[in-house]
Amino acid sequence: MRIAVCIKQVPDTEARLRVRRDGTWLDEEDLPFVINESDEYALEEGLSLAEKTGGEVVVVSLGPERVREALRKALAVGAARAVHLKDPAFLGGDALATGRALAAALRRESFDLVLTGSQSDDVGYAGTGSVLAGELGWPHVWLVMGVELDAGGKSAKVTREMESGMNEIVRVSLPAVLEIQAGINHPRYASLKGIMAAKKKEIAEIGPGDLGLSPEQIGAAGSRLEIVSVALPDSGAGAQMLEGDSKQQAAALVQKLRNEARVL
Amino acid sequence: MAKKVWVVLQQRDGQVARMSWEAIAAAQKLAAELGAGKPEAVLLGEGLGAVAAEVARRELAAVHLADAPALRTYTPGGYVAALAPAIRAAAPDFVVFPHSYQSVDYVPRLAQAVGAGLLPEVTGFVSSGDGLLWKRPILGGKMQAEVRVKGEGTVLVSVQAGAFQADGVKMGASPAPISPLATDLAAVHPDREVLGVEQAGGEKIDLTKADIIVAVGRGVGGADKMGIIEELAKALGAEIGASRPVIDNGWLPRDRQIGSSGQTVAPKLYLAAGISGAIQHLVGMKGATTIVAINKDPGAPIFTVADYGIVGDLHEVVPALTAAIREAKG
Repeated sequence: MRIAVCIKQVPDTEARLRVRRDGTWLDEEDLPFVINESDEYALEEGLSLAEKTGGEVVVVSLGPERVREALRKALAVGAARAVHLKDPAFLGGDALATGRALAAALRRESFDLVLTGSQSDDVGYAGTGSVLAGELGWPHVWLVMGVELDAGGKSAKVTREMESGMNEIVRVSLPAVLEIQAGINHPRYASLKGIMAAKKKEIAEIGPGDLGLSPEQIGAAGSRLEIVSVALPDSGAGAQMLEGDSKQQAAALVQKLRNEARVL
Repeated sequence: MAKKVWVVLQQRDGQVARMSWEAIAAAQKLAAELGAGKPEAVLLGEGLGAVAAEVARRELAAVHLADAPALRTYTPGGYVAALAPAIRAAAPDFVVFPHSYQSVDYVPRLAQAVGAGLLPEVTGFVSSGDGLLWKRPILGGKMQAEVRVKGEGTVLVSVQAGAFQADGVKMGASPAPISPLATDLAAVHPDREVLGVEQAGGEKIDLTKADIIVAVGRGVGGADKMGIIEELAKALGAEIGASRPVIDNGWLPRDRQIGSSGQTVAPKLYLAAGISGAIQHLVGMKGATTIVAINKDPGAPIFTVADYGIVGDLHEVVPALTAAIREAKG
């Protein structure tokens, strides 16, 4: 089975986030980047399905130069090769512009299955995989918590997460796009051997011209959304912050919970 | 030309989801802001006459009903096939959806099919000299973006749960007319076979009945570090809950999960330790009477919903708190 896994490199949200001077995005200097969390699970799902079916995984990502590091990591855990949509014209896209570009890249090969994460941890549109499926004319399932290939490889039984702790079980024909939810599996770590092998694997760089796309169809120019500012969220009344060392904070909290909130 | 606002409602087995009323509230507010007429609502399903009549009591210009056996069970293929021609023909400026696990599954695909813009998970909007600025959370709720829509044509916008108030929906002076949605229902076919629905993770602990919940997040650092949490829960007589990363890492079983994909709780006291407060968690617990947050990151969004906050290492604060509670209780 030929499987493509689309991954995104995103800022590590555990890091200290600073807004850049023009106020429209984060200051990316010294900002650590990681593979998007649900995309790591998508990659693991792709690798394990490829192992079961004797296939291979091609990892695909759109982004600037730094994205090579994410692709190398994916190659180190077992992807066979990588495709990097690397051109400034691709950047700053909304789900529609990015989905369009990824679909054009995937259409150059023949895949039986495309996996993506369910949502990016930066802008979080949660739509790129579904748009991509629409562009390819394939069925899709969002928020996937289980994949079982049917005998014959023409369809798959897919578990889709719903609200309130319920799952829906559906069957989709293949090829399809499955947007994987975090927690579906246990992503593997790269071995030293894998890291060494990754250095020799191919990362193909492609631009809009290779895909027959004009710059106004993709990236910021091809998007309907424009981020005009990022800032700390509006807070409610805000919490009463308790100061001091741990012991003082604990004592203050117990006093407040007893006498103010009256819940102890 | 006058602006047009539509709102697509979510229902399951004839029950209108609470988020649908919030979406109507958002659509009414948006229509007023744009100087548009009253919004038009769309309902999809089978046998929804009574539901449509209930919806029509709200201040709406019309209720459009797509009633077909192929829409009885939700599938993205069915919903997109029913909605796309109608949206293309009427060309509303905005179509409002509740931001739910169902809408996120099909609305991006609908945007792609219609050639519309896609603006997911907004929490509000403000007018600016340059048109509307939409607010939406980014970076797991640690930041908020203001987003402008550019270009021409319909935009599909989904509103986050709780961002607009369901009880703020305006009722109409007289019922809105109910008409069939202008689409070809014969062309509506599901694109997936729905085999069934099951409880995720088997047997279940009911956290909704707990008066006090100690909830633990990624910050606890591992299953082997859970002892101090158990001690605190014991001292408080509390149940233990968790945010999603704890469950995904296997540190606690899935029936302890609180949030949009877990249980929704509203205890008297909710103590969140090492939980940053992604929106998916907040929707499951912000109804708690008193919320305490302990987190090492002063910028963690959990502090925006908390009543009391402690910035510190939970591995120090939690044992200190356990000791203080034991002392207070004698």
